[in-house]
Amino acid sequence: MSDFLRSYLTVGIFGLVGVALVAAFLGLGRILRPSNPTEQKLETYESGVDPTGDMWSQANIRYYVFALLFVMFDVEAVFIFPWAARLEAYGMFGLIEMAIFIYILLLGLLYAWRKGMLRWV
Amino acid sequence: MIAELSYWQETAIRVGAGLGAVLLVAGTLVYVHLFKMVSFMQSRLGPMEAGPYGSLQLLAEVGKHLQKEDIFPRKADRFVFAAAPFVVLASTFLLVVVVPGGPDAWFVNNDVGIYLAMAVSSVSVIGILMAGWGSANKYSLLGGLRATGQLIAYELPLILAVVGVVIQAGTMNMQGIVFAQAEGEIFGWGGIGNPYILTQGVAFLIFLIAMQAELTQSPFDMPIAESELVSGYMTEYSGMRFLMFFIGEFATAGVFSAVAAVLFLGGWYIPGIDPTDNIMNVLGPLVMFAKIVILTFLVFWVRFTFPRFREDQLQRLAWKFLIPLSLANIVVTAIFKVWI
Repeated sequence: MSDFLRSYLTVGIFGLVGVALVAAFLGLGRILRPSNPTEQKLETYESGVDPTGDMWSQANIRYYVFALLFVMFDVEAVFIFPWAARLEAYGMFGLIEMAIFIYILLLGLLYAWRKGMLRWV
Repeated sequence: MIAELSYWQETAIRVGAGLGAVLLVAGTLVYVHLFKMVSFMQSRLGPMEAGPYGSLQLLAEVGKHLQKEDIFPRKADRFVFAAAPFVVLASTFLLVVVVPGGPDAWFVNNDVGIYLAMAVSSVSVIGILMAGWGSANKYSLLGGLRATGQLIAYELPLILAVVGVVIQAGTMNMQGIVFAQAEGEIFGWGGIGNPYILTQGVAFLIFLIAMQAELTQSPFDMPIAESELVSGYMTEYSGMRFLMFFIGEFATAGVFSAVAAVLFLGGWYIPGIDPTDNIMNVLGPLVMFAKIVILTFLVFWVRFTFPRFREDQLQRLAWKFLIPLSLANIVVTAIFKVWI
């Protein structure tokens, strides 16, 4: 396996260590902690009064437009990073190319701004 | 020396060091900042009983939480509810892999280092949304949704601020960024190298603000606003599962500070010592630790000083101020890089 792929294997191992750490703590707690569930204890917490209505109630997700904008900017970051790392090699050509790219991007943000998408009503 | 070990032996050492580093940093931050610094800011002593000056207080807390009953609310989605702390802590460990501590003291020396860090830093959003949704609690759901909206909004300034550093260093490798700063010059004078806080000061400020929001620390603590949402997405968690979120919060604060230290404060190098010298493998981690404590001091200083932002103010700051500013920073940095 090449060093490059191996470094990703190490990343995966670190992720598993994070999971294993939580599992170890919870497993240790399992030996020590009591388990005495009662009807009231398992009730959903709602400031001490009996919970009303559906718990997965409808919430107004105001920022679904923000989520769309986020995807747009995140994809753009994918393009900007390789350019940023190689800017010296591209020189003036790269600079003008990216200026156009960022200009179009800013237009998109300005459009959303003017349309009132960025306002939290 | 390291080349003599096989991959698995080497990885076992690195994983052990990573585990130690994360827990040690998280423990130190809880004691120094949450227990002591805040107490002194509020004219009280803080914990004094457990160990000298209360230094073993955190161990006592862990011992207490280990004995607490593990309550699953009846209406909760059991699998999602149980899995959320795993995802949150795993994302912290995925983030720590890119942080270098010396010329050979790294966890992963990957050429896309900082890019990888920015990619995995969003994994915790999924964990928080899982916690909010799986709890089947109105407070948790609102907290989880607010956290998601906040984290994706501040993810962008965070990523775009990093681009300025990548342009200056000409590499995404975290080690490469440290070496670029160690070998850098300020107007032809290379005495202290060129820590990018000097040339990327705007990016550093954007990074710190976005970091504060990513950590959901006050004044960006809308998702866990205790006066309206009890404890946000953590409301239904008790005992050890709650402590996992708590440790994850402080560990992530430490790891984000470490990333900021590498990008802007010069990472592990010491001016005057050859950065490839073997001694840096010992001194480097200590330098990093000092920089982490200093940066997290800023985070917690702000946290305990400023009142909470309203949700609309918070979104406005990210979209209408920080993102255009960070784009402008990229353009200015690129022009300087090409012309000068």
